[in-house]
Amino acid sequence: MNTTAPDPVRLTIVSAGTGDPSATRLLADRISDRTCELAACHGQTAESTVIELRELAADISTALVSQLISPRLEDAIAALGAADGIIASTPVYKAGPSGLFTSFFHVLDDDLIIARPVVLAATAGTARHALVVDDQVRPMFAYLRALTIPTALFAAPEDWGDPALNKRIDRAAVEFVLLMESGFARKIRDASWESYQHEYGSAGGTETGIDLDTDLMRLAAGGSAQ
Amino acid sequence: MQFGIFSVSDITRDPVAGDTPSEAQRIGAIVRIAQQAEAVGLDVFAIGEHHNPPFFSSSPTTLLAFIAATTGRLIVSTATTLITTNDPVRIAEEYAMLQHLSGGRMDLMLGRGNTAPVYPWFGQDIRQSLPLALENYNLLHRLWREDVVDWQGKYRTPLQGFTSIPRPLDDVPPFVWHGSIRTPEIAEQAAYYGDGFFANHIFWPKEHYIRLIRFYRQRFAYYGHGTEQQAIVGLGGQAYIARNSQDARREFRPYFDEAPVYGHGPSMEDFMDMTPLSVGSPQEVIDKTLTFREHFGDYQRQLFLMDHAGLPLPAVLAQLELLGGAVVPVLRKEIAARQDPQTPAAPTHAGLVRARYGDQEPRQPRPNANRGDNVTGGSPYQDSAAAAPAEYPDL
Repeated sequence: MNTTAPDPVRLTIVSAGTGDPSATRLLADRISDRTCELAACHGQTAESTVIELRELAADISTALVSQLISPRLEDAIAALGAADGIIASTPVYKAGPSGLFTSFFHVLDDDLIIARPVVLAATAGTARHALVVDDQVRPMFAYLRALTIPTALFAAPEDWGDPALNKRIDRAAVEFVLLMESGFARKIRDASWESYQHEYGSAGGTETGIDLDTDLMRLAAGGSAQ
Repeated sequence: MQFGIFSVSDITRDPVAGDTPSEAQRIGAIVRIAQQAEAVGLDVFAIGEHHNPPFFSSSPTTLLAFIAATTGRLIVSTATTLITTNDPVRIAEEYAMLQHLSGGRMDLMLGRGNTAPVYPWFGQDIRQSLPLALENYNLLHRLWREDVVDWQGKYRTPLQGFTSIPRPLDDVPPFVWHGSIRTPEIAEQAAYYGDGFFANHIFWPKEHYIRLIRFYRQRFAYYGHGTEQQAIVGLGGQAYIARNSQDARREFRPYFDEAPVYGHGPSMEDFMDMTPLSVGSPQEVIDKTLTFREHFGDYQRQLFLMDHAGLPLPAVLAQLELLGGAVVPVLRKEIAARQDPQTPAAPTHAGLVRARYGDQEPRQPRPNANRGDNVTGGSPYQDSAAAAPAEYPDL
């Protein structure tokens, strides 16, 4: 008889909202709550970690200009690296995602969240920003080789009173939970992690293997360039 | 263990006085700084290499030869010599010349350089930086060890019957440090040749450096140069010292806040927590520096950055007084008491000569009369063994 409970699903929420409470965080929380409910229906528990980028604003700007990663930023990177799924939520300013949000992802290693399921969410003061998620946020996650779920979530003021937003959140949660359950990210890691570009110390400091069987290593040991 | 200073050769506006030194003033100042390093009892002075303003050190061997000529004990070195954009043939020649003129009081540290526009100025491409560095060093290593070199590679025109002159002093090549902050291939090359490995451990969690230095030590032993403990490691550091920590922080803060590279970024306190920077009393600098050994193991060379960010010359000279007078003597004593007895001494020319020749006289190459080329016939030197046949590359 196997009495071991399955490991809880680890959700990491990244919110670039600036208010307290912020609509951006609220949207992320609603997605997270719905995801946890669904996971529970599927017999799993979920644990979530929240990264409030507002609290890391100085650390993020420091990392951008001086390569220095603060201990708090390291903790955030570790939470993302350990996530089974990521909920990334940003306000929209001037027809684009918050610079705080993009700056945070700019300082991450390229190989930190490969194949990880990600829910993309944004809030804005007007519905005219509705396509920012698909048009601008999704390409950044494509670059990171993350697996963004099909449904983008967006909430302008009028959406908060509209049941259609809840329907979209439900739909997104189903997509998100199914992708996490599929174990896709783990399977990619097992099957073809080496086929992605890595550097020594990348993937949030976890990429520490050194392959001696390469052309460059042979060149280092007195061989010839290929 | 050797202690010294290294400079990046930046010419930076003094944010307190508001003026920027001229190139002439700064070059004059760096000579004074190096001479002061010797006067206060330090062992090493190292200078960087750059090819763009606001730096002055484009020609390190010229500067170092002058410094060596006006000092008597100081080892002159680099931090770093660009192994990518310099022709390894010129490195072999220039540094062998420096070695002769300084009486062996020199070594050099190789680095790749990370300023993309510099590469095409010298006909190179930063995207090939790593294989270029590795191949260039493979050639440099031979040029100092073989009187006549036939060589063909990917990044440089082939050599046939080439002799790099002058041959190294006492026919003992200059000691080489490979500077790297995160490249296992460079650590591997340092280990393969039994050279030194220098980590300027700013900007990266120390756990990564600990792993990289451990890798270098393991590979050093793997290639048969000795035990892991016998590998030759150098570390960077940065300090501003005053009699008490309040004064140190007050005096250094305006320079920190506007420093190139990290200024306008982290707070000085955060930077002190996260990097080797110490700003404080002699005791604080001593305590922090002693932790390096705990993290990385016994090592042979500690260099401090002391003269950057627009600090005026009198302040730098006063810093050196404190470093040489109140910090380094304590570090020498403390480290000697803690060090594993197996730890090798820091590399010196005399030590390398002893290791190579024991009690015998070192080889002193004397060339044969000019015959116009090195390709035909035997060695160009009187005492060499029979000719090595030249291998011609496919044309």
